[in-house]
Amino acid sequence: MSASTLFEKVWSDHVVVAETADTPAVLYIDLHIIHEVTTPQAFSVLREQELPVRRPDLTLPTMDHSTPTTPVSSFKDLAVVGDDAANQIRQMEINCDEFGLDLIGFGNAHRGIVHVIGPELGATQPGKTIVCGDSHSSTHGAFGALAFGIGTTEVGHVLATQCLLQRRPKTLSIDVGGTMPEGVSAKDLILAIIGKIGVDGGTGHVIEYRGEAISSLDMESRMTVCNMSIEAGARAGMIAPDDTTFEYLHGRPRSPQGADWDTAVERWRGLRSDNDAQFDQTVTLDASTLQPMVTFGTNPGMVIGVNDPVPDGGDDTSFRKALDYMRIESGKPMTENAVDVVFIGSCTNGRLSDIEEAARVLQGRKVADGVRMLVVPGSQQVKNEAEAKGLDRIILEAGAEWREAGCSMCIGMNGDTVPQGKLSVSTSNRNFEGRQGVGARTVLASPATAAASAVQGRVSDPRIFS
Amino acid sequence: MTGVRHISSRTVVLPTKDIDTDQIIAARFLTTTSRDGLGESLFYDLRYRADGGDNPEFPLNDPEARGCTVLVAGNNFGCGSSREHAPCALLDYGFRAIISTEIADIFRNNALKNGLVPVVVDTETHRWLLDNPGAEVNIDVQDATVALPDGRKTRFPIDGFAKHCLLEGIDQLGFLRQHMDAITNFEENRPWTP
Repeated sequence: MSASTLFEKVWSDHVVVAETADTPAVLYIDLHIIHEVTTPQAFSVLREQELPVRRPDLTLPTMDHSTPTTPVSSFKDLAVVGDDAANQIRQMEINCDEFGLDLIGFGNAHRGIVHVIGPELGATQPGKTIVCGDSHSSTHGAFGALAFGIGTTEVGHVLATQCLLQRRPKTLSIDVGGTMPEGVSAKDLILAIIGKIGVDGGTGHVIEYRGEAISSLDMESRMTVCNMSIEAGARAGMIAPDDTTFEYLHGRPRSPQGADWDTAVERWRGLRSDNDAQFDQTVTLDASTLQPMVTFGTNPGMVIGVNDPVPDGGDDTSFRKALDYMRIESGKPMTENAVDVVFIGSCTNGRLSDIEEAARVLQGRKVADGVRMLVVPGSQQVKNEAEAKGLDRIILEAGAEWREAGCSMCIGMNGDTVPQGKLSVSTSNRNFEGRQGVGARTVLASPATAAASAVQGRVSDPRIFS
Repeated sequence: MTGVRHISSRTVVLPTKDIDTDQIIAARFLTTTSRDGLGESLFYDLRYRADGGDNPEFPLNDPEARGCTVLVAGNNFGCGSSREHAPCALLDYGFRAIISTEIADIFRNNALKNGLVPVVVDTETHRWLLDNPGAEVNIDVQDATVALPDGRKTRFPIDGFAKHCLLEGIDQLGFLRQHMDAITNFEENRPWTP
């Protein structure tokens, strides 16, 4: 057998019908995570065609995008923003009920952001194919799964057949050598990668992140890296599973148990690119030269070191337009900009280690006057674990808000928004125009950088607090 | 979905690069549970001023753009989210094809499944189209070509199966369901189960 990449091994293991010149492959899907925003029209199609959900047992439904994160003592008190969002949430409950799906809804200890709860439950596993009507599905690739975002039509295809029609993407190896310096996190690494290859650098490709700097990352950091693969245009991002992966998964509710666990680990150990496997493209990066990164423009590829001057885009009108929107000047570092809002959360950085990273900066300090800081756990479980460690006290004492789990300010469709014209330092994944609210100006950064910026009242290098 | 064979239209041009799905349709419009009426929300924050009036500087508001069904956009159109609302909003507004030098993967997939034709052209053709808004173009889906007013024709890449589905208006779920026996067989015979 010829040498294969990790992606090729997972792909070929799921081909139901091989692709031909005239037809795409029929690819089997092992886990379909669904949420309230990108599924209602898919359920309508099933209803019209009188089709059942083929594999309710492989479908994981929750609610996260349009759900409020306002602190409540009881989920009965949740104030959903707007009749449409309330209807969407209600419709999700109706759809799950009618099609026999076990909804992880309000009040369930496992509810949270789709890409946080899959791994947390142990439903995300090496070698699986995982899809969701959400582009950040690439997150699950951190476990050596092939995971990618799909549209609502395809959500309907998976609900009805547990399969998708797919053309095989190309492969891109991103090899990160060296050791990351102190004060630099996985978010800085992935922002630097996107800055290097561009927001379309991965189009048509599945990325495999490899090398010493990647294998030394913990699982939550690996998830942060894979999460933003889509921001480089890639179909998916993957990391070969290893002992770090197995240790994370061991004992989780949906992980294999008992003898099945040993069999699974043995199979998972084979999930790595063979030594002489060929990639369509290769990029290398040295982690030891990294520094905390911040975006200055309106896409995640417009990114620089926190102390570096904002570049001059020359006569690039799109670049100028981005700087005009952001009201950012070329030639000056981002640290000269005052901050109005700080957001810690999202499927990129809403896990326990992210909240710990922010709390380390906040401990014994105060959020600067005039800055609103939201800390939003990615799931109910993250919330409970953070509270058990007393992180909520540190956050509240610093003057920040401690919220219920959800997508929150990452997407600005649930009541949590950045006001018009205000500057937000956010641990989320997109600094697109209007992403966090109409006219909102977003600077993407790590949890440490975001927390340091909240304390300083301006964009800040987190290393001043280390 | 109805079949698409030919599209003849003047173009409207949005020269900005990396037009993302949040600009095409902002997340606050995604709380709908239907596919109807999304065109009203298309490019909302670019089309309208803060007071709700039309932004006269936005190319779609140019009287000349009225009725145009082909959008020419800067490189890497449709990057970002998987929201199918993006191509649906473009279709509902009246667009039938998008021309750029690069179109993001998920947007492209979603566009094809709804009958919006993604046309990727070379930089030279693209430059000419950006410089000549309102040019009359002819897109032939069967031949996978776009013809400029001077008769110059440029081929664009399109997967054979996707093209067939566009031409015939084929529902891909129907095609997928023809393979139900193979899917059952796969489930019963795979060496491990998820």
